[in-house]
Amino acid sequence: MTAPLAPTPRVATRRRASLLRSVLRQPLGAVALAVIALFVIVAIIGPWIVPGDAYTAHLDAILLPPGPDHILGTDPSGRDVLSRLIIATRSSMLGAAIALVVAAAIGISTGLIAGYYRGWFESVFSYGASLFLALPSMVVLLAARSVIGPNLWWAMVIFGVIVSPAFYRLTFATVAGVRHELYVDAARTSGLSDVRIVGRHILSVVRAPVIIQAAGIAGVAIGIQAGLEFLGMGDAKLITWGGMLNDGFQAIYRQPWLLAWPTLALVLISVALTLVANTLRDVLERSSSARRSRSSEQAPAVYTIPAGTALSVRDLEVAYGDDKAKQAVVVRNVSFDVAPGEVLGLVGESGSGKTQTAFAILDVLPGGGRITAGCVALAGKVTTQAERAHERGRSVAYIPQEPMSNLDPSYTIGAQLTKPMRKCAKMTKTEANANALRLLNRVGIANPERVMGLYPHQVSGGMAQRVLIAGAIATEPDVLIADEPTTALDVTVQAEVLDLLRDLQAEFGMAMVIVTHNFGVVADICDRVAVMQDGSIVETGDVESVFDHPQHPYTRELLGAILDDASVRELPSPTTTNGVLS
Amino acid sequence: MTEPLLAVEDLRVAYPGRGFRSPDTEILHGVSLDITAGETVGLVGESGSGKTTLGRALLGLAPVTGGRIKFKGEDITHADKAARRRLTRDIQVVFQDPYTSMNPNLTIEQTLTEPLRANGTSKRDALDKVAAMLDAVHLPTDSLGRYPNEFSGGQRQRIAVARALTLDPSLIVCDEPVSALDLSNQRRVLDLFIEIQERTGVAYLFVSHDLAVIRHLSHRVAVLYQGDIVEWGGCDQVTACPEHPYTQRLLMAAPVPHPIKQARHRADRQRVLAAQREAELQSGA
Repeated sequence: MTAPLAPTPRVATRRRASLLRSVLRQPLGAVALAVIALFVIVAIIGPWIVPGDAYTAHLDAILLPPGPDHILGTDPSGRDVLSRLIIATRSSMLGAAIALVVAAAIGISTGLIAGYYRGWFESVFSYGASLFLALPSMVVLLAARSVIGPNLWWAMVIFGVIVSPAFYRLTFATVAGVRHELYVDAARTSGLSDVRIVGRHILSVVRAPVIIQAAGIAGVAIGIQAGLEFLGMGDAKLITWGGMLNDGFQAIYRQPWLLAWPTLALVLISVALTLVANTLRDVLERSSSARRSRSSEQAPAVYTIPAGTALSVRDLEVAYGDDKAKQAVVVRNVSFDVAPGEVLGLVGESGSGKTQTAFAILDVLPGGGRITAGCVALAGKVTTQAERAHERGRSVAYIPQEPMSNLDPSYTIGAQLTKPMRKCAKMTKTEANANALRLLNRVGIANPERVMGLYPHQVSGGMAQRVLIAGAIATEPDVLIADEPTTALDVTVQAEVLDLLRDLQAEFGMAMVIVTHNFGVVADICDRVAVMQDGSIVETGDVESVFDHPQHPYTRELLGAILDDASVRELPSPTTTNGVLS
Repeated sequence: MTEPLLAVEDLRVAYPGRGFRSPDTEILHGVSLDITAGETVGLVGESGSGKTTLGRALLGLAPVTGGRIKFKGEDITHADKAARRRLTRDIQVVFQDPYTSMNPNLTIEQTLTEPLRANGTSKRDALDKVAAMLDAVHLPTDSLGRYPNEFSGGQRQRIAVARALTLDPSLIVCDEPVSALDLSNQRRVLDLFIEIQERTGVAYLFVSHDLAVIRHLSHRVAVLYQGDIVEWGGCDQVTACPEHPYTQRLLMAAPVPHPIKQARHRADRQRVLAAQREAELQSGA
């Protein structure tokens, strides 16, 4: 049997902006990129735009101050400083480029191989990388100079080799991280060769972090190069910033400005490279500013809340985004009541707003989200945001979907259970301990003393959820909100947790709201059910009538999607082709 | 009896221990099953039972330490790289998570043509084939130029099905392909699996933790518990009146989506659990 597939390809038309364009959109990044571009252009066309003579000494014009003939003055040999600065740009940039290319070529290729194949590649390359990192680069460069002579380019090649571990480590870590992504496995089962997998699927992941790293390394290379030349270890025939610094240093008392110009060039290019790296990182790891917005709830007088309800929600609207025109409304016009001792199921598919409704009641909406209309009443009294924040963990408790991620891995379970008791209920340490033991015992943990001393990673998911339930009921709350409390659990554990919740709910007479997409869970524990679609409740009723006589088409669609096959599939009989039993 | 498409005999999988001389962790302790052409074998178990590992072992993605896997009579347990790449034409996969099983940086066209191009199809033929595949999984052809993040989970899983189908395999390992989907999407994707099987005669090894899903799709069912198959037989027998206590517990634990039936089901479960505990006590005493 094949139900027709609903034609629902609602596909967004958003194109991905290129990395370069997003960097240019940041003012700081645009300026820094422009500075780098300027330096590159000067490096390329330098010899043709120099205003004066960079090479020939003029004894009649030594150490001239800035003036109309020599915009930045002249050096101790009477050569035009601006011209020398421009010519020097080429050697400095070229030197940095050589170091960068060598470092990237060695680091990225070894990183890819070691990250993809692991095994002894990893051992050998990582050992080598650590060895190179331990070498003091300046000392190596000075030693190399005494062997190969004063050659700037070879010095930069050697420097490139020494800093290649920076690329190696980055590439290795990134590749090892995506190595076990499912899409890499999928590529392998598609029959792609290793070279193709690396080229298509892995290199693209490495690209962005490598560019960031490259900007940083380029800055370091320019600095090291200038340092070498300043020490007089460079190539005397080349004009370089470092060499100019050296010249300026010799004449520091007669013409202090000579030091300023190469310094300025070095500072400008280094700062620009660093800023580009930072902007790139910001763009790639863009995190929306998580700002909590104030709720704009209606005046309490507008709503009449029936007496005797534990929790009432009226005309609730939740929206994201500050701009009124652009805000996304995720919950609209939601109203329901839960009486003490009653269990309400909020059912719907992902994106229906069921979890957002629960978060709004608890006042734990993620950044940017806020209640834009309606109200939440506890025990018949309309609450403000501050009151709900205060009641959370006291009269309103919460059980999350992912038990593991809601326990702090660095504290023991006992510490995490007793801390809120000591803080909220002002218990002493011994009281809190005794209380925690009693609660763990109550939620069916066989050996509470031992469990108190365990860390979250040492217990199973079902045990972790029991611990969180123990924490939730510690304050004997009136309202318990459970967001998909069993979704992450195995089905046998789910049944046990549901049994536990049912027992506790009966014992304490709590009002409970269970957010779930599982109709089995609804049937098991809920008294009433509210079906949500696209942020609104489309149908409310007691469980039996909703299951037996669903009114809304969407409810019928959901119930129709339940797999409750009375008969199973038959194998196509192999005998039909020739009519003879095989 | 004809030769099965795939035969797994006494399969053992162990991951090497972390660190020097630490013992290996054995995930599967000798598992045997077989799949005939055009059949769906459901593999059900809870987290940590080894069901995903079994699927990965068939694909050559898990370290087999013992036993044999035979595909069309040929031993593929330790197939070398070249043989493994030839096998990709026959054995394909649909992974659980539709969000990480596709490279976010590649368009749907690039993702779908990849297996064809890797197996030497010309670009034009590959494009024709991919268009046909998209049609088969009921997605519009203009999806080709888009990126995975522009699709919903259900749509992505259909793309993953299309990718698995492009090489006309005779077996697809489906590793929890619907567990990340909403109820209505889950139903649609499951029905798509059935429709494709009836049209192409492909066999499925369908891994899931959900007995209802397994029952909907499977012809035969294997129940995996802590690395061993504890029950193996016809779908109706295993999912309706199981013999092994673990399968019974599994069946009783799954809630029935109807309040009155579930109340009865729950009472049954408590009775069965009590009976099992009693039996355990007696055998222990």
